[in-house]
Amino acid sequence: MTDKLMNMHDAIAAHVHDGDAVAIEGFTACICFAAAHEIMRQGRRDLTLCRMTPDLIYDQMIAAECARKMIFSYLGNPGVGSLHCVRRAVEKGVPCSIELEEYSHFGMVGRYLSGAYNLPFFPLRSYTGSDLPKVNPRIRFAESPYGDESIAVVPPLNPDVAVIHAQRADQEGNTHLWGLLGVQKEAAFASERVIVVVEEVVEEAVIRSDPNRTIIPGLVVDAVVCEPYGTHPSYVQGYHDRDNEFYLRWDKISRDEAATQAWLDEWVYGVQSRTEYVEKMGPKTWERLAPGEALAGPVNYGAYQ
Amino acid sequence: MTNYTPSEMMIVAAARALAGVRTVFVGVGLPNSACNLARRTVAPDLELIYESGVYGARPARLPLSIGDPTLISGATSVCSMADLFGLYLQAGRVEVAFLGGAQIDRFGNLNTTVIGDWAQPKVRLPGSGGACEIAINAQQIFVIMRLKRRAFVEQLDFVTSPGHLGGRDERTTLRLPGGGPHLVVTDKCIFRFDQTTAGQRYPAGKRRSADKRHLGEMTLHSLHPGVELAEVQEEVGWELKISPNLRETEPLTDSELSLLRKELDPQGIYRK
Repeated sequence: MTDKLMNMHDAIAAHVHDGDAVAIEGFTACICFAAAHEIMRQGRRDLTLCRMTPDLIYDQMIAAECARKMIFSYLGNPGVGSLHCVRRAVEKGVPCSIELEEYSHFGMVGRYLSGAYNLPFFPLRSYTGSDLPKVNPRIRFAESPYGDESIAVVPPLNPDVAVIHAQRADQEGNTHLWGLLGVQKEAAFASERVIVVVEEVVEEAVIRSDPNRTIIPGLVVDAVVCEPYGTHPSYVQGYHDRDNEFYLRWDKISRDEAATQAWLDEWVYGVQSRTEYVEKMGPKTWERLAPGEALAGPVNYGAYQ
Repeated sequence: MTNYTPSEMMIVAAARALAGVRTVFVGVGLPNSACNLARRTVAPDLELIYESGVYGARPARLPLSIGDPTLISGATSVCSMADLFGLYLQAGRVEVAFLGGAQIDRFGNLNTTVIGDWAQPKVRLPGSGGACEIAINAQQIFVIMRLKRRAFVEQLDFVTSPGHLGGRDERTTLRLPGGGPHLVVTDKCIFRFDQTTAGQRYPAGKRRSADKRHLGEMTLHSLHPGVELAEVQEEVGWELKISPNLRETEPLTDSELSLLRKELDPQGIYRK
């Protein structure tokens, strides 16, 4: 078994380069802010940021001027409102302008899926009657070869690197993920390189005890990083809750460019690692976000010897 | 009847409209409260579907986003978003879906993308999310929006999600599988979409002959208690079509309010 364990600094240094198309996925859950902050600390530039929901993570990366372009389907602070840094960049070019390539959710899913399946496009029942194809020439319509119907198609998306946060993996990168699965499997299989970040690194036997839960196999994984609480303020099912207070607080901070930069100075550039961020947040935060227990019923895979 | 807020009226009106429905695509906020209230009242078999990948959610607390972890614990099924959009939505298994927007026009087309020009926006809004394909594939769309003149507009700045496009026939011509907008619940009134040709325009003197162009048009169906017709027209950016059977929305009952206030949203996060 290949040991792919790395620290976050080295994983980002090795696998994320200026100009890369980067997909840090995770729909509301398992959004790896730790990787984003390390990319910001290492000063990456001209990235194409791919994500269904840019969320606070790309709001921060755009404020940090890491990105040239964003490919996305929903630009909101989920459950709260706007992404103010993205809006400043789009509406006023502050701190820099950003190119947008815009889809719907199913369109983004289809892009990753066709990227992962090595297909030339993905057909979907969407976009008819919408103005989205007018502002995104990559959304097209094709005639079905099996009938008289026209169907929307989107092209494959194959990012240079995907970052996927999950509950646990072994050192080869065989990864157990539960709760919201989002588009992580598709993004991982579609990407040239994959960094898996986990709450816990476990023995291979733990992974093999429950193979249905292995959403991403080590086969497609290049680096494994153990970074507990690496998704804060997002959450990891069964490990910690979403920090909704922070999402509300970011709404206030991010409305002001100076306050945003001050926050980045303190919480991104002002710490060396996620470990330092976790310590700086303090134990009260982690106590507040600790969930109770809800165990699944045991599953018998059977021993067939 | 005790006092209630406009949000409570909207939640209850939307919940009642879910009577007998089995599958609903839920959004966070008012739709979430409406769906949970419906499940406790008029639609006991209602299965809540969230675009994040959850089928059959049983939230133990008020979810604060469509990906809240309380939607996962105790759900019937949690799946990838490819499965959610493909096997549930696109396959036609969603009976009712809730949508909202910054702008809506008389045919229920919705804008959640931009105010101004897309390339040089005055206000950049969140965009489609799943709304575009939801509007196309769900059997029926329920819209919840506050009645404001800047939202109920003659011409959208951008069509994110198609409603009845330029009139009902257009959905059929373009072969959109879902039925499109069925209901708009606001803080002042309820609109339905005209499927016949009945109805009259406001003011009454300007009645027009029925023609196909007006099929699928938003029609004032009921006014909430205490709301005047003129108040509604004031907030709508086109000449409003009114049902010949215009009525008053049924007032809220004590039991609906009590469920909402004591159990579903005790902190009043979405009721204000």
